Formats: sequence, C-alpha cells, structure tokens
Amino acid sequence: MNYTEATIWWIILALGVGTYLIRFSFLGLIGDRPMPQIILRLLRYTPVAVLPAMVAPLVVWPDATGGQLDPARLAAALMALVVGYWKRNVLWAIGAGAVTLYIGLYLTGRI
Amino acid sequence: MPPATAKSAYLAGIRDGWPFIFVAGPFAMLFGVVAAEAGLTLAQAMGFSIVVIAGAAQFAALQLMLDDAAIALVLLAALAVNLRMAMYSAALVPFLGAAPLWQRAVVAYVNFDQTYMTAVARYEAQPEMSVAERAAFFVGVSTPLVPLWFGMTAVGAVVGTAIPPEYALDFALPITFLAMVGPMLRTLAHVVAAVTSMIVGLALVGLPSGTGLLIAAACAMVAGVLVEDRVGPA
Repeated sequence: MNYTEATIWWIILALGVGTYLIRFSFLGLIGDRPMPQIILRLLRYTPVAVLPAMVAPLVVWPDATGGQLDPARLAAALMALVVGYWKRNVLWAIGAGAVTLYIGLYLTGRI
Repeated sequence: MPPATAKSAYLAGIRDGWPFIFVAGPFAMLFGVVAAEAGLTLAQAMGFSIVVIAGAAQFAALQLMLDDAAIALVLLAALAVNLRMAMYSAALVPFLGAAPLWQRAVVAYVNFDQTYMTAVARYEAQPEMSVAERAAFFVGVSTPLVPLWFGMTAVGAVVGTAIPPEYALDFALPITFLAMVGPMLRTLAHVVAAVTSMIVGLALVGLPSGTGLLIAAACAMVAGVLVEDRVGPA
C-alpha cells in the first residue's frame, strides 16, 4: 500500500459520507415518493454482483503463492462458499473455510 | 406481546439484537487484523469502523487499497458493495418515514444488514407498533452491536501485526467474502448473478485495479434481472 497518511484519511471520510448518504437516502430525503422499479430490481443483486468478481482472482491467483493456484486456498474458498450456502450462516462458513485452509496447509507441509 | 412504550420497544430491540454479537464481534476483529496486516494504523482501522461502519465495504476498500488502486475506484467499489443499503433505506420508509428527522438520521447510521432484517421482521409481525416504538426498536437492535464493532476492531488491529505470515491471513478476506456470498444465493437469479460476476471478474483481471470489478458487477446485476424476468423472483 503506497498511499500517504492524508490520502488514507480522505478515503475513510469519503467512504463514510458516501455510505451514510446511501443509508439516509430514501428514508431521509426522498420520503414516500416511489422510485423506478428497475433500479430497485438491479439493487437486489449488488452484493452477489460485486463480491464474487472481487474474490475470484484472489482465489485463483493468490499473491501469497506468487500467483500460483494453491489447492489449499482453493479448497478453503469452495468450502466457505458451500457451507455458507448450506448453513445460511456466515460464521459457520468462515470457520469451515479456515479449518479447511489450515488442514490444507498442514497436508502440504507449510505449517 | 406488543411493546407498550418506546422504552420497552428499545429493550425488545436489545433482546433481538444481542445474538448477532457472535457475528459482529469476530467479523470486526478480523477487519482489525486484516487492516493491521495491510499497514493501517490503529487510528485508521478505527476510523473505518466508526466512520464507515459497514463490514463488507470496509474489506472491499482495504482489498483495493492493497492493490494501490486509484482512489475513485476504491470508493466506487466499496460504495457499490453498500448500494444494497439504499434498498434497505427505501424499504424502511413505510415504517419509519413519519419519524422526526433526527430519529431517521440516527437509524440511517445504524442501518446495516442485521439491524435492518431484524427490525423489518418485527415491524411486519407487529403492525400495531407506533412509529416511535419502531424507531426505538431499531436503535435497540444496534445497541449491543455498535460498541462491539468498534472495540473488536481495536483488538484485531492491536494483535494483528503479531500474527506471522505462515498463518495465511492473506486468505481471511476471500474466505469472509465467500462466506457472505453463500447465504445470499437464495434464488436462481442470485446464483446466475454471482457466476456472471466471477467469470467476468476473472476475464477482466488484466484491467487497471477495480475497473474489471465494476464492469463485472454491472454485467452481473443485469444478468440477475434478466433471469428474474425469465423464471420470476423465487
């Protein structure tokens, strides 16, 4: 990370203001006026649209292994996703992913 | 039994909110750890948790900052993760739109996934609640969670740098994101959106940091709506 101290604080502030405005938006400003249906429908998919694109390259080409596909990390990623889908519970999924990662690292002699 | 006053509605909110400490606590600590690993100071990690107070977006911003992405892209990607909260904000209008502005302003600050879902479930189950009771309930749900979010971020940030690289903390972030995506895959449309996002994200990985992500997210949202048109929202 090569940002200056000031830049990091600007990012934090801008992100805070932006996030607050998103939360305040309809409740605070727009009130009861209806909004276009298509916008509401697109918004439904934002989390599942953003997160996988962000994670996929980190799983396939991890920095920690110099960009080499790592079976331990791949297995951990799949396990987190599958357990999250199955249990509908974020903490269970994180736990399953972490345990899988450490088993994988142990089996490949890295811890 | 319906809450008789705003005070009992507030207490009911605390009762409904406290189980989420088992999600918010470890998640905040993980953010602190990852932030410290990334080189943020304790004050900066706390700044994120207090000013932004949105887990997934904080992680998203951090990830792009690790890539030294342009500031505009850091902000765009993290705010895109938070756009779902615009939906929450809109969905709260029928319940809280008539509350005083200052109350709506407070609710907006603590409007995140767990508070929103818990509150709307209660509002729908008890339509006789007054607007004041609803606002008190919402703040009640957030009351055990917000101080914990701040405190555990600090704990994570302090212990984070003491953890050696063999423990593969680089992978805490992908695991956390995937763990969040799993429970969101409720319908075929959500699954198609997630798969589209992943494929386009991988295909465009050569573009400048964050650019491929935005294109992938836009494609995925459109894909979700198109599938919904075909099969209907399940």
